[in-house]
Amino acid sequence: MTHIQSRPNLAPDAHAGAYRYDAFDKTFVRERVAQFRGQVERRLSGALTEEEFKPLRLMNGVYLQLHAYMLRIAIPYGVLRSPQLRQLAMIGRRWDKGYGHFTTRQNIQFNWPALKDIPDMLDALAEVDMHAIQTSGNCIRNVTADHYCGAAADEIVDPRVYAEILRQWSTLHPEFTFLPRKFKIAISGSPQDRAAVQVHDIGLIATRNRDGAVGFTVYVGGGQGRSPFLAVKARDFVPEAELIGYLEAVLRTYNQLGRRDNIYKARIKVTVHEMGAEAFLNLVEEEYARLPRDRFRLDPAIVAAIESHFAPPPFEALPARSAALEAARAADPAFARWLRSNTHPHRQPGYAIAVVSLKPVGGIPGDATSDQMEALADLADRFSFGEVRVSHEQNLVLAHVRQDDLHALWQGLEAEGLGTANLNLVSDIIACPGLDYCALANARSIPIAQRISERFGDLDRQHEIGELKIKISGCINACGHHHVGHIGILGVDKKGEEFFQILLGGESASPAAALGEITGPGFSADGVVDAVETLVSTYLALRRPGERFIDTLNRTGHGPFKESIHAAA
Amino acid sequence: MPLLKNGTVVEDRFVAVTDDDPLPDGVDVLVPLERWRTLHDALPPGRRYGVRLKSHQLVGEIAPDLGTLALVALELPKFRDGRAFSGARELRERYHWQGEIRAVGHIIPDQYLMLTRVGVDTVEVPAERLTDAWRRALGEFSIAYQAAQDDAPTLSLLRRHLRAGEPS
Ligand code: SF4
Repeated sequence: MTHIQSRPNLAPDAHAGAYRYDAFDKTFVRERVAQFRGQVERRLSGALTEEEFKPLRLMNGVYLQLHAYMLRIAIPYGVLRSPQLRQLAMIGRRWDKGYGHFTTRQNIQFNWPALKDIPDMLDALAEVDMHAIQTSGNCIRNVTADHYCGAAADEIVDPRVYAEILRQWSTLHPEFTFLPRKFKIAISGSPQDRAAVQVHDIGLIATRNRDGAVGFTVYVGGGQGRSPFLAVKARDFVPEAELIGYLEAVLRTYNQLGRRDNIYKARIKVTVHEMGAEAFLNLVEEEYARLPRDRFRLDPAIVAAIESHFAPPPFEALPARSAALEAARAADPAFARWLRSNTHPHRQPGYAIAVVSLKPVGGIPGDATSDQMEALADLADRFSFGEVRVSHEQNLVLAHVRQDDLHALWQGLEAEGLGTANLNLVSDIIACPGLDYCALANARSIPIAQRISERFGDLDRQHEIGELKIKISGCINACGHHHVGHIGILGVDKKGEEFFQILLGGESASPAAALGEITGPGFSADGVVDAVETLVSTYLALRRPGERFIDTLNRTGHGPFKESIHAAA
Repeated sequence: MPLLKNGTVVEDRFVAVTDDDPLPDGVDVLVPLERWRTLHDALPPGRRYGVRLKSHQLVGEIAPDLGTLALVALELPKFRDGRAFSGARELRERYHWQGEIRAVGHIIPDQYLMLTRVGVDTVEVPAERLTDAWRRALGEFSIAYQAAQDDAPTLSLLRRHLRAGEPS
């Protein structure tokens, strides 16, 4: 009886699959904010030079952009509880212009804060166990993970557990905080990689061996940017207990040998490429062989303790098929269309994973208003145990929705302009901030995404075209992941004018991961939108039943596609 | 140049000698790696020796000599160049060396605690930069998520209180 009576008092996010801070973590984050306040004061007093202050503010997520400071907040492996999302909404309203921008690294950034307000923003974050630590700077960045973790039907190991372990391990790591360059780790726990592991400095695929023991396939040396590389496989299976030790060996080798003379050659991908993968990995193995294993052994008790934070929520026993869902699907074609693109099979019968598109037709990819964030927090409380995830494709995920509730959820999303049925379709575009915000940009990125999205505004047409991933970067730094778009668009500067190159055939998901190839000369802003439409027409003319854009492209080769857009030129 | 140990200024017993200076009599000397190489076959006795490594000179270069060295100084040409952090760890963890590790060059107070955690004993600080920030930096965090060089090996891998040193 007491149990039943106590239930109504449970917070709506009581079962969210998120790591809960204890007094230890809370103390740490408070100390970090206090330290940053002190650093800001020392900068203002002149005790710190701007050169010295810069890396310190970067390691607290503070960038200087084209027009203003930007604060990038860590969302560890993309998982948020509803009170945290509400706090982000509050921060956006109070210190920004009423919205925030979700990033390809599963973080959120605010583009218009004043430097003087940032320590207060960090305090507001600390109230809900959040921070901006290591979202920038030459350190180990926020670890990213499969956004369907703990829910996907095909998952073998829950990557959140290890992502959290790596978050702790990498937080203010005494040895690896002044690396040659930034360092990104991604982890997936399914055979279908959804974390783009091969374009990260270290990519991990958690798996199990024949005895059922957890271990990791380790990839090293991937990255995008101006010289893109796919990561090479370093080990097939690093046992769970050895994960931290092995990563220490990789990082230590890189910290000592990575180039520090040229910022563009400082990433581990260049070290691996210039030395040769075999030579580099041999050094890693030597380093690993002499590490004191016991010291770095990941104790099963630690893993179990962290695992307890990610226990499955109390699912109801439901039939695999929902009659209510089928009735709504039959009655409402727009809902049926959203179901087709924006839901994903769940491992629990009667549940589904629902994806909330942050790519409304003509909108800014990844942006959400404070009102939308609050509405989503409420929907998450009602329908998904108070939990929301951010995907690296800049959408949001409600991971555990009863199929019976999907129609009500979709109606709630529609009311907020969040019900766009375009996941993985032509308007589900990744775009970097580009010339609208970024000081390094050569060209606009967001307006191109908006115009392509408007050109294909008809959702039925998008569904007819099927899966097609377009990714746009405003310069060769590739924050918009153009190297791994099925169609990649790269903004370049030609004599003071912006031009757009088109790449074809990229793919972010291992094992099919591939880098796109440039098709030919660049296009104007108008021309690139036309060219994308031409590529789509070419695909529709060539495709065989069941083929996605990328399948047809891989079957025919790039020839017919290139000709279609460059023939006229 | 002032030398900090545990947040307070201590006497520097080593005299820095360049590649060309004659070795002064009867004092402990700190020499660059290049000079060390010309010396180490015929070391004048009666004093202690230290070697100063530039950031690209990895500690493996002096591994065979560690038994005769009392001090290794690791240089940070720019504070952003973090190779010394790995160098110190290697000296302690790989070579089990117990001598003094000193950080020299461009270092900021915000690095001090981390330097001590990877095994650095002393830090050289220019007199004009010697503020209270150094001592305070050692107390800014009471918590760490990683093992440090001076932690007992039996502690669990993640999360510890720094001063008390007990696992949490
Ligand atoms: S790709 Fe270039 S323009 Fe776009 S955000 Fe990155 S640095 Fe800025």
